[in-house]
Formats: sequence, C-alpha cells, structure tokens
Amino acid sequence: MIDTTYIFLQHYWWFIVSLLGALLVFLLFVQGGQTLIYTLGKTNDERTMLINSLGRKWEYTFTTLVTFGGAFFASFPLFYSTSFGGAYWVWMAILFCFIIQAISYEYRSKPNNVLGKRTFETFLFINGLVGTILLGTAVATFFTGSMFSVDKMNLTNLSNPIISSWETPWHGLEAALNLHNLSLGLAVFFLARVLALQYFINMVDDISISTRARKQMWFNAIPFVVLFLVFAIWLMLRDGFAVNPDTSMVYMEPYKYFKNLIEMPALLVMLLLGVVLVLFGIYKSMLTGSIKGVWYTGIGTVATVLALLLVAGYNNTAYYPSTFDLQSSLTIFNSSSSKFTLTVMSYVSIMVPFVVAYIWYAWKSINNKKIDAEEMQNESHKY
Amino acid sequence: MIENLDLSLVNWSRAQFALTAMYHWIFVPLTLGLAYIMAFMETMYYKTGDEHWKRTTKFWQTLFGVNFAIGVATGLILEFEFGTNWSNYSWFVGDIFGAPLAIEGIMAFFMESTFIAVMFFGWNKVSKKFHLISTWLVALGANLSALWILVANAWMQYPAGMHFNPDTARNEMVNFWEVLFSPVAINKFLHTITSGYVLAAIFVIGVSAWFLIKKREIKMAKHSIIIAATFGLLSSLFLAFTGDGSAYQVAQKQPMKLAAMEGLYKGQEGAGLVAIGALTPGKEYDDNKEPFIFKIEIPKMLSLLGYRSTDAFVPGINDIVEGGYAYTDANGEPQIALSAEQKMARGKIAIQALADYTAASDEGNSEMMEYHKAILQENFAYFGYGYLNNPKSIIPNVPLTFYSFRVMVALGFLFIGFFALILFMALKNRIRQYNWLLWISVLMVPLAYIASQAGWIVAEVGRQPWVIQDILPTVAAVSRIDAGAVQVTFILFAVIFTALLIAEVSIMIKQIKIGPK
Repeated sequence: MIDTTYIFLQHYWWFIVSLLGALLVFLLFVQGGQTLIYTLGKTNDERTMLINSLGRKWEYTFTTLVTFGGAFFASFPLFYSTSFGGAYWVWMAILFCFIIQAISYEYRSKPNNVLGKRTFETFLFINGLVGTILLGTAVATFFTGSMFSVDKMNLTNLSNPIISSWETPWHGLEAALNLHNLSLGLAVFFLARVLALQYFINMVDDISISTRARKQMWFNAIPFVVLFLVFAIWLMLRDGFAVNPDTSMVYMEPYKYFKNLIEMPALLVMLLLGVVLVLFGIYKSMLTGSIKGVWYTGIGTVATVLALLLVAGYNNTAYYPSTFDLQSSLTIFNSSSSKFTLTVMSYVSIMVPFVVAYIWYAWKSINNKKIDAEEMQNESHKY
Repeated sequence: MIENLDLSLVNWSRAQFALTAMYHWIFVPLTLGLAYIMAFMETMYYKTGDEHWKRTTKFWQTLFGVNFAIGVATGLILEFEFGTNWSNYSWFVGDIFGAPLAIEGIMAFFMESTFIAVMFFGWNKVSKKFHLISTWLVALGANLSALWILVANAWMQYPAGMHFNPDTARNEMVNFWEVLFSPVAINKFLHTITSGYVLAAIFVIGVSAWFLIKKREIKMAKHSIIIAATFGLLSSLFLAFTGDGSAYQVAQKQPMKLAAMEGLYKGQEGAGLVAIGALTPGKEYDDNKEPFIFKIEIPKMLSLLGYRSTDAFVPGINDIVEGGYAYTDANGEPQIALSAEQKMARGKIAIQALADYTAASDEGNSEMMEYHKAILQENFAYFGYGYLNNPKSIIPNVPLTFYSFRVMVALGFLFIGFFALILFMALKNRIRQYNWLLWISVLMVPLAYIASQAGWIVAEVGRQPWVIQDILPTVAAVSRIDAGAVQVTFILFAVIFTALLIAEVSIMIKQIKIGPK
C-alpha cells in the first residue's frame, strides 16, 4: 500500500534540508571573506572594518550549519549515521575548521588573548579556505558516491552490531582526491569569495576597500565560473544513481541528473534562473558601480544549490550513493525518519517563517547604517 | 561476543564525548544564568534611566560574550559527535533523538544569535525597549536550547513515547508529548538550568567581591551582589527541590545508578543515606569486603528520598545483579526482579527474534513474522542486555559516581548557606567589613564549577553501560572506526579545547581587571 502522506513528508523534508544547505552555501560568504582580510585590508583600520562587517554575520552561518545538521539528523537519521560515522576524517576536519572560527571574532582583538591577534586571523583564514573546500567536496559525493555499506541486520550480530561501515581506510578523505568532487569544492571556495567581495562592496563604506574588492572580483569570479561549469557539465554527462520505484533496487542510469532536470522542468527553470542571477550579480559588481550585486548573486546561489540538491534526491534518485554496494545507497525513502516524526517536525517547520521574520526585523533595526571608519571608532563591542 | 568489538574504541569514543561535553559544560551554565542577571540589570536601567545600570549591564555582557563564543564552538562538536562517534546510536534512536536537536536549532539558536547581535550592537541603534526585549530573548533562547538538549538526554535515561519497529530495525517516536513531558525530562531540565543559575550567581558575586577587595566599582559590585545573591538563593533552594525530584526519578527508573550513588551493595528496607563515607578501594560486587571504611548515615533517608516511604526496600548492586527482590513496576504491578543473567538471556531472545522476523519477512511468511514479532515485543524491554556478556558489566563505576554525588550535594547545600549569608550581609550593608567573606566569595567560583561538573558525572557515569537505558549499551552504539583514529581526534580536541580555555580565562580575567567602561 502506498502511503502518499509519508512520501509527501519525505519530499518535504528533503526540500527543507536542501533549502538549509542552499542558505548555508550563500552564508559561506563569511568564510570567503575571512580569506580576503589581508588582500583587501591594507591598514589596521581597514582590516578592523572588514572583520567587524563579517563578525556581525558569522553566527548566522554557524547557526545554519548547526540547524542543517539537526534537521538532517531528525529527518534522515541513516545519513547522519552512515556519513558522519563513516567519512570520519572529512567531517572531523570540517568540525575543527569551525571550532577555531567560533572564538576568533570575539577573542581576536581582546587584550591578553594568549594566542595573539595573528593566530585568530589565521584561524579565520583556515576556516574560510579548508571549511569551504571540504564542505563543497562532501556535498559533491551526493552525486559521485562513496565507498560504504549499510546492513541494518547487523544489529542482530552480537559480535559486531554496527550497521554502517566505511569501506576505505581513508574514511572520507578519499573524496578530496576525486576531481569531480574537487571541482565543486573549489567552486564553492571561489563562490564564497565572490559573495564576500560583493558583500563588502555593499556593506563597507570605504572607497579604497571597494575599489580593491571590485578588482578582486576578476580573480575570483572567473575561476568560480570555470569550475562551476566543469562541475555542472560533468554532472549532466555522468551516469547517475537511479532507484527503481517498484523494486527499490538502485542501478546506474546514463545522464540521470540531466534527465532529472528534463523530467522536473520546475527545477530546470530554477537552476537556469539561479545561474543567470549569479552571473548577473557578478556582472553588476564587476562592470557597473552597483553595490547590489550581492543580492542577485546571493539569491541566485540559493536557487542554484537548492535545484542541484533537489535533483540529487527527487525523481527516484539515491541522494547518498554507495559505489561499494549500490543497494546500500541512501534514498529519501530508505533513510528517513518515521511518518510520525516527520509529521511532528513538519509542525515545527511552520515556525521557520517567524524565525526568518524576526531575523529580518532585528537586522533591519541595527543594520541601517553601513560600516565605516567612524562607526568603528564609536562601537563599544568591536572585534 | 562483543570481545570482537574493540573495547578500546568504545572507551576512546566515550572519552572523547565526555571531554567535549565537560568542556561544553564549563561555559554553558554561566550563559544560562548570567543572561537572566544581565536582563534584570538592564530592566533596572530601563525603569530608572540611571546610566549606572547601563554601565553595569554592559560590563556583564562583555563577560557573557567571551564565555558564549566558546560554548558555541564546543556545542557544535557535541551535535556532530552523535554521528561521527555514535553512528549506530544515531540510527537506532535517531527517529526520536534527532527531533529535539533540530527543534533546538530552529527555535532556540536563531533566537539567541539574532538577539545577541541586537544586544551587543544595538545600544545606539534601537530603542531602549527593543534592546531590553532583545536581552530577555537572549536569556529565553539560551534556556530554550537547554530545554531541548536536556529533553534528549532525559530520554536516553528514560526512553518514553516510542516503540521498536522491526521493519526498520530502530526505535520510532509514537508520542511527542511523552518525550517532552516525561517526568525525568522535566526534572532534568529544571535541575540543570537552575544549577546554571546558581553557578552564574556565584560567578557574579565572586567577581563583584573582587572589586570590593580592590575598593573599585563599589556601587556596581554591591548592586550586583544583591541581585546575584537573591537570584542565587532562590535558585539554590529550587535546585535542592529538583535534586530531590531527580533522586526520586533515578530510584524509579535507574535503580543501579542510585545504588552506585550510595555505594549500596546489599539492599535493605529503611535504607539510610550516606552523609559522609569512604569506600573500600577495590571493592567488587561479589567479594566479601565491607563496602565502606567508614560512613555516617542519615537513617531511613534513602528509602524516603527514593520511594517516599521510610520503610521502602532499596535494592543494592548485588540485588540488581542477582535479581529476586520484589518491586512495583511502572504500571503499579508487583514484580519480582530478574537477574542480570536472565535479562541478558531475554535480550538475546529479543535480538534473535528480530533476526528471525527479518528472515520471515524476506520469505514473505506473514505468520512467522507475527510469531517472531510477538517474541520480540515480549522481550524488548531487555534488548540492550543481549549485547552484554558479563552480568558485572551492568555496574557503573561506583567510586566515581559515589564521590561525585557527595561533592555535588555537599556543595549545593553550602551554596544555599553562602547565598543566605551574602544576601544578609549585603542588605545590612556590612559586606565590606569582612574581607575574609569577600575572599571566600572569590574562592566559591571554582567550587561552583566543580559542583556543576560533578552533577553531570553522576548522571552520565552512573548510567553506564547504557546509552539508552536497558535498550542500547555503549558497546553497541559506536561507529565502526579505528580506535587509533578516535585517539588522534581526542588528543586534537583536548589540545585545542585546552588552548581555547586558557585564552578564554585569560581574556576574562583581563576584562574583569579593566572593569566597566
């Protein structure tokens, strides 16, 4: 018997998780910005402005990451179990990148901070460089697959009851050696920097910073576009991990992701619109004097990433495929929480618009003024 | 059996989680309580318009910010360690356990981070009223996030509102309200957050006392002491009350933990509570050594606390391992306790029934599926025992649990007296006359941290070997990784957390020395 409500909930939660993932990628502009402090800031005051403009946003990126993790856990616990426990080194490396970020803003300019200002700035740089590349690489495995196996019946094996195993000793590090994964990892890194440049142009009222930022756009936007095209074209051409809806068997299907876009035209439109917006925003920031480029590129980023993640999970596709054992691949059906839990969580998700509304209201209230040198003089809570 | 599974993996995984949790808990309780103290101070500013209160509020907010950042960092790691190090657990109970974590993110973390930004950056940008509301929302957000993670923890101690689904081989939620409002969850939440209030109150008194010793910021220090001592006294009384509730819940739901807390090997009717005692080192449950070198007991108190009756039978460690004593179950039915051996046998029956059920399901034999499912359900209460191979493994570390419990309770009562004394002296305006009292106030600060950590040791060490009480032991909850990998990450975490702690304390001390601006 087909339970359409349950199927709807599984799709709904894949959408929510994808949306959180998409917002996270946009918010990685904080990370991108952290790698540009010394490129754009030539004096102490300039660097202080840059760091403070990021420092008022970093918690959103961080909180979105935490919520992304929590929502993924609640809605698709088998992913949490398989990926985090298996690709141990990649996730641990990502976690380390984020621990060192969380304290760096608050501690950087405080007296007696033991490690010194430069150490905290280095922490921010590492977070921006390694964090973005590894996150992008990890997400690319949604399309390229990983070497793992899952057998729930291991629970009944008293000598070894662990259900998921990673089948390479590299525990996730191998993902960074796959060129297709790496193309996305690097694309995310350059995108984060592009968004950061656009954010600085918009947020920091300082002519020398914005001049440098506009110049830097060339060195980051072009690699981003090239890397993204490599990733996207490769994705359209490669075989994908399809699921037979009748038997639930996973098999390789040529051009699966391309076919998904054709079969789900709404996602195709979203993807194309997203890409156009990203490019338009880049054009605005690079070739016109506009400060609004970040909005176009930002919204475009969310739309593009959302479309790509939905392509990975919808239309009978395995979103976390295993190249070791195809039948161990995770789909939104075999890895989700129970109908009851998804229903409870869906009630909770009704709160999200309220959360967005108060974030918007609170920020509007304190953000109506750009960051400039004068404000930095008067600010009592300065990073 | 489990010997095939690397025990050092389990131990290192536990060590890593304990390390992260304990570091996290250095920072969180101060956040929980200081948020309210700041909010109250800002309310005074809002009502009186006196700049003195604004200055006071901002001073404490600076310390709050330094402390908060590192709590965020350690909290992220905790969330993801459920997956990285406890992957089997994540699947087995993720259907129930994941929801509170997600709700925490959506409801609490965004509230905290949004309004913290207003609190820090909004002083000259938003109205006084909006700023005040934001500070209160920071406090609310911090306490809400504590609610959800504590609900999740309480559920591990007392799994409620769920059933086991043999088709998916996991536990699934069937009643959200039973998870949220389980008596263990309510008690744990109230007891834990009030412990945070007590710690924060002591912190504020300690720092203020230092200013008085240095004869600086007299007005701010005196006001802070009065507010913190009032808040602390009320909180510490409530803490004792919820502590009593916690002990009662432990007696009902985790009798082995209670026995370990008391070093009680042989159960008895009208059991006394050990007020002070020293355990015999190396005592095992089945040797004939006396458990105590010496002890001073409060007669019948343990029976009263645990079972609300001075004559009630409190089972000891030996009784719980060997079974055979009478007790009343959750439905009010009289029962005879099974021995650990019997529970292990029934756990193995349950696990085998799951295997048989799945085999029958693969064959499409619905009759046999029903048959094995019935066996599974009948024995499911002991499912986790099936993974154990030695009855003794159900005994937690007794000395650690016993002494931690005593440290926590003794300090808890000391704090009640301390708050009462400080409040009395402050209200009589005599606090500056006694330098020794001010120094004691400073020295109380580390004691508050010790008491707070000791509380978690009781809760978490005392429930071993269970991750989920009776349902899943730690040995069956881990991820399949090399123990060596966990050792490496453990060391990395230890180094980085310690470095950050040193930086944090150093910055904190400097900010206190600088004082309000």
